[in-house]
Parts: sequence; C-alpha cells; structure tokens
Amino acid sequence: MPTWLLRQKYLIDFTLSSLLRRRAKNLGLLLVYTLIVFVLGSVMLFTHALRQEAAAVLEGAPEIVLQRLVAGRHDLLPASHLERIGSVRGVQKKEGRLWGYFYDPATRANYTLMVPHDRTIAGGEVVIGAGIARTRGLARGDFYTLRGQDGQPQTLRVADVLGSGSELVSSDLMLVSEDFFRRFFGIAPGLYTDVALTVRNPNEVRKIAEKLTLLLPDTRPILREEILRTYDAVFAWREGIVYVLLVGAVLAFVVFAWDKASGLSAEERREIGILKAIGWETGDVIRMKFWEGALVSLTAFLVGYLAAYVHVYYSDAALFEPVLKGWAVLYPRFQLLPTIDGLQVATLFFFTVFPYTVATIVPIWRAAITDPDAVMR
Amino acid sequence: MRMRLAPLLAAHDCSVTMAERRSQAVAARIEESRALVRELRLTDLALFTEARYTRHLTQADLHTAFQDHPMAFEHFPSGSLHAPPRLLRPTDADLAAPTEVPD
Repeated sequence: MPTWLLRQKYLIDFTLSSLLRRRAKNLGLLLVYTLIVFVLGSVMLFTHALRQEAAAVLEGAPEIVLQRLVAGRHDLLPASHLERIGSVRGVQKKEGRLWGYFYDPATRANYTLMVPHDRTIAGGEVVIGAGIARTRGLARGDFYTLRGQDGQPQTLRVADVLGSGSELVSSDLMLVSEDFFRRFFGIAPGLYTDVALTVRNPNEVRKIAEKLTLLLPDTRPILREEILRTYDAVFAWREGIVYVLLVGAVLAFVVFAWDKASGLSAEERREIGILKAIGWETGDVIRMKFWEGALVSLTAFLVGYLAAYVHVYYSDAALFEPVLKGWAVLYPRFQLLPTIDGLQVATLFFFTVFPYTVATIVPIWRAAITDPDAVMR
Repeated sequence: MRMRLAPLLAAHDCSVTMAERRSQAVAARIEESRALVRELRLTDLALFTEARYTRHLTQADLHTAFQDHPMAFEHFPSGSLHAPPRLLRPTDADLAAPTEVPD
C-alpha cells in the first residue's frame, strides 16, 4: 500500500478512537445530523418519484385538448366545431369527449363520469374505478343508484371494476354509455364536453394550437406539454412548502453543528497540544480533524439517505404522505417506482456534508498553529 | 475477511432482489395506467377529487383556483397547497426585451 494511503488509514484509525472517547457527544451529533439528512432526503426522493410517475403516466394523454369557453367558463362544444377542426392540416384524429362530475352525498366525493371511445358499455351498466368500489363497497354484478338531472333515480349494474394498477388515474372514474350519459346530465346530441386531438407531427403541435385559436376564437387549447408541466409544478411547489416548514429545524441544526464544529473544547485543545508536543505537524492535525468531520458527515449522509430511501419506497413515506400527495375521499392507492436522481443526491451531499467538513477545519487550523505549550495550559 | 463480509453481501443481494421485484411490479402498474390514459384520453391524475378544478387541474379555467365567485377564498386543502398563478408571482426583469434604440 502506498505510504500516503497508509498514512490516511492510520489517521482514520486514530480519529475513530478519538471520536469513540467522546462517545455520547458524537453520537448525539450523528443522530441529529442523520435525522436532518433523512428528512430532506425523504422529501426529495418522494417528490421526485411522484413527478416521474405523473410524467410517465400522462405521456399517453392527448396531444391537444380543445375546450370551449363561454363567459370565461368551460362550456359544451358543438359538433360544428369538430367539423371545422377537420380543416386544420396536421390533425390526424379528433374525438369529442364526454365527461362530467357527479357529487355523491353518501361518500361526500366527486366522481368523474366518462364515455369511453374504444370500449362498448351497455345502456344499464357501469365500469367503476377501484376507489369508488372500495369506498362504496361495490363489486362486479352489484347495483348502484344515482340521481340524475331530472331528479329521477337511475340504477346501473356494475359490469366491471377497473384494475387497481391504474388507480392513480382511474380511482374515481365511472365509465357509462353515451346514451346514459346524455340522458343522465340532460346533454343534447351533438354536444361534447371537449375535443381530444391527435397530431401527426409532434413538432407541429404548437402551430396547430395557434391555428385552432384563430379558427375558433371561443376555444382554448391545452397541450400535453402543459399538462405535464402543471403536474411537475404542483409537486415542485409542494416540495418547496415542506422545505420552508423544515427551514427552522435545518437552521437549528446549522447552529448546533457550527457550534460543535467550530468551538473547540478544552479537552480537544489539550489533545492538539499533546499531539504537537509529541511531534505531529500542523498538517497532520488538520488532516486528522478533516477526517473527523468527513467521517461524521459521510456516515450521517449515508445512513440518513438510506433511511429516507426505505421510508419513501418501503413504508410509502408514511411521515409526509398527507402533505406531499394531498388527500381526498377517493384517494388512489399506489406504490412509487424507486428512482434516484444523481443531481439531487449531489445537491443534498453538497449542502450537508461539505459545510460541516469545512466548519471543522478552520478552528483546528487556528489551534494547530499556536504554540503547544500555550495550548496545553 | 470473506466471512465478515458474508452477511453484508447477503443483505446487498437481498435488497437488490427486493428492489428489482418492486420495480417490475411498479413498472407494470405504470404501464397499465398509461394504457388506460391512452384509451380513455385522460388528462389528469385522480389525486384531488374534491372539486372540478382540483380533479382536473390541467383542464381548469384560466383563473383557477379562486373561481367559485370573484374574490372567493380557496377552501379545499389541495388548493391551498397549489401554487398561485404566474401573474401573481413577481418575475425577473426581461433582459432581452426589445429596445427603442438599436444596440
């Protein structure tokens, strides 16, 4: 082994035994340090996983959704608009979507009623999301009654329950036939909630949206990239809010660590004095103390980050879930895909390990350059 | 040395296997969701179902979330955690703005 490495190995050995001599104090610091990394790491991992998840799932969303606005509010779109959209070049497919909300007073939750395009649902049947099935205790073959716009109760047979794997997007969905939907909400034929457009060339999406606003000035196009950006912003905003709430705790730790790292106890001064008296050079003392800071902060970082990983991916972030995910009566159940972002790890590392290691070196350098005799007294 | 490392290696193998199994399960779930999104042309996650403008965040009117009536205060928990509109947030000066006199 090269001399330089051997030297570092002995220094680390010495540092570890020196740390163990002041066991209670150092363990206390390590615990608080680990806790801070754990909390910050958990928030980081959780929001990153949620953002990844939203982006992965909504990748299949329509390229453009066109809404009609009346007096600043979303309104039904007539079929004549659909025909006019057909004249815009680059639009591969256009589909009038039918969807709306139904408030269920029994569960105090909103359901999303929708007419699917690619599957046929019989008139008196409904396909429900796993969240509704769980909340209402419904299963395939059960009957479910809703009160329509005319006040008359409408009974539907549950034909199927959507797979729990897709709960993140389908928890509150009720898929019904077009006839039932129009009758239930009193929507005349030829009217749609909005239009989903498929565009042949992704580079043309913006241009087509621009053309649509000129062609149909009472409409508003919503692009898929805007949908993805909205979810990215929602979770980034939530992450920020949790960080703001944690600022107090982090500052308390900074003060605590700075005090511990920068202020030398009489015992430590004596130790440095003795080391210098028996022939240690200033550089050796600084190196030894550098290892002390590095060992404490690296251990805290590794243990804290590992604990955060286990917390987020194996206990579903039990501590932060209500704040970061939000809540609702029909909240979907889902597990997050474990992902680690290198840049985020580097950021957390830089803001936790680096300052502490630096903070330990300055006071040691000051003590190490003074006369051993003066230090020991 | 090898004997001392054995439990660590076993723990490592175990965690890798667990992570792989979990990743596969979650990847299958994401694929299922993505297929449903494509089939039904869905636009939003079913995370906040309490109001129309929180259920379909991306489809909500431009002046969400305070849209029940003018000056209405937001009363849903998810709304209070949603970022205010861009207009209300101070922005940096536009350094590349067009000038009256050519540079």
